[in-house]
Amino acid sequence: MTKGRTIVEKIISSHCGQDVRAGDFAIVNVDMAMAHDSTAPRAIQAFLEYGENKIWDPSRFVLVLDHAVPCPNEQVSFLHAMMRHFAGEQEVRLFEGGEGICHQLMVEQGLVTPGEIVVGCDSHTCTYGALNAIAFGIGSTDMSGVMLTGQLWMKVPETLKISYYGSMAQGTYAKDLILYTIGQLGSDGADYLALHFAGETINAMDVSQRLTLCNMAIECGAKVGIMECDEKTEAYLAERTQKNYSPVFDDDNVEYKNTIEIAADSIVPQMASPHAVDNVCPVEELAGTEIHQVFVGTCTNGRLEDLRIAAAILRDKKVHPRCRLLVAPASRHVLVSALQEGIIETLVQAGAIIIPPGCGPCPGTHLGVPSDGEVVLSTANRNFKGRMGNNKANIYLASPATCAASAVKGRITDPRQFLE
Amino acid sequence: MAQGKAHKFDDNINTDYIIAGKYTKTLDYNFLAEHVFEDISPGFYKKMEPGDYVVAGWNFGCGSSREQAVLALKYAKVGAILAKSFARIFFRNAINLGVPALICNTDKIQDQDLLEIDLSSQKIYNLTTNQQIHMGPLPEIMISILSEGGLTPYLKKNKTFTLPIAK
Repeated sequence: MTKGRTIVEKIISSHCGQDVRAGDFAIVNVDMAMAHDSTAPRAIQAFLEYGENKIWDPSRFVLVLDHAVPCPNEQVSFLHAMMRHFAGEQEVRLFEGGEGICHQLMVEQGLVTPGEIVVGCDSHTCTYGALNAIAFGIGSTDMSGVMLTGQLWMKVPETLKISYYGSMAQGTYAKDLILYTIGQLGSDGADYLALHFAGETINAMDVSQRLTLCNMAIECGAKVGIMECDEKTEAYLAERTQKNYSPVFDDDNVEYKNTIEIAADSIVPQMASPHAVDNVCPVEELAGTEIHQVFVGTCTNGRLEDLRIAAAILRDKKVHPRCRLLVAPASRHVLVSALQEGIIETLVQAGAIIIPPGCGPCPGTHLGVPSDGEVVLSTANRNFKGRMGNNKANIYLASPATCAASAVKGRITDPRQFLE
Repeated sequence: MAQGKAHKFDDNINTDYIIAGKYTKTLDYNFLAEHVFEDISPGFYKKMEPGDYVVAGWNFGCGSSREQAVLALKYAKVGAILAKSFARIFFRNAINLGVPALICNTDKIQDQDLLEIDLSSQKIYNLTTNQQIHMGPLPEIMISILSEGGLTPYLKKNKTFTLPIAK
């Protein structure tokens, strides 16, 4: 009997016109492509070198201004203008500054559906795997090739299946689960692999949390994170797109590179310490560490559900006087919903600074730069030295709950004591 | 055949360390070169000579997809990058920009060793220790792209992708 095919083998096969298996090389047709203001200018520059007038399909390419918005200086203004000009000329959709972080927009605006191949000029493009799509980051020159041909060469990845079982304990979230997983695998533990997240814990999660999990697949080297499509995925998509799609599942007799089982019910709040994402330990081990800035936002944890968790902890409390709290909703839609729910008022009353939807502080491109020796606690996905714009700052990563609880205390704090 | 000095780095050198995010908002790639490795090896650009080699351990170029990391190395005139393994996106970016990214056992190379690399015969010589170091093979399609000098010249010439026929 022929060996069954994995989700990624099936999706890649359907996009290259032949039956391919892990290890094969394929030239795939891309369904959707995205680039933002840190990567698009270089991609446009490379595309223009081909001397072609039009990109392959303007309806399948989007540009997003999210890394440095509103424009912080003259130099960036030229790059933004270049993108606006190109978008106008090519008639491609451009999301202006303030509309949101590229990855949030791609899923929130219904631009990704199950079974598709989506590429983005950003490593966290793997986020969309939560919608049963193959999605991964590419460089700007690879993107110029996609803009020209609509195609990309790729190697079909093997699949590592991680099954989570048990219900998550109070005070723990997808962020804790993925930090724990990365701590176990190491920063190249899933190099070149497809990480298939499965199991009853995932089935019980809302789409927002699933996006958090897939978002960080790259932090252990994975090419893609992938999940199955279920009724929650379908409900999420039904609100956002009219596109027809066919969910893709593993065959029964599939051979994985490896399978891992993780007891989600035994996970306690986790955090990553400077300066590596796989430097993970329980929050309680670091409790009491003095902090100076807290950042809640990013493509990992800037969704409405995340802000809701932070607001629940910060309601009728104040951010510690030694500490600053920055909050960046992942999109305008998230911001408006958070306003309507009173979340923004709660956060501002507690002492938070609300900054425009976008990436800003996370990659050190705009706002919220920490000073020498300062300790930052962030809901982001990377804590590399210099990440937030100062290589003498120390960045810890944790869930929105841990960040909010710690902002109140001015010290690293296990959020469970706020939830009893 | 080209010679250069080795500059040794650790495992898991991410693209933020190669070029910090705060510098990436530019199309002036010489500016990127001046800040290459600034957060982990201050003064690197002044220290290195054109044609020198960056030599690292496992998982070089992990993290962000920023192509500016390769551009910074390319415009600093780094001759090639040698590592035990490369992160996927960085590996593609390097080949796409015509920068050789070579997989080999870098334990056989110390900081400041003099290396000689012959890309056509795929050989690395450590002239300091008088040792030859085996170079891992690149996928055929990457060889095609690299031999054209990168993806842009490859696509300018071919207009489309072609997978080399399997041997």
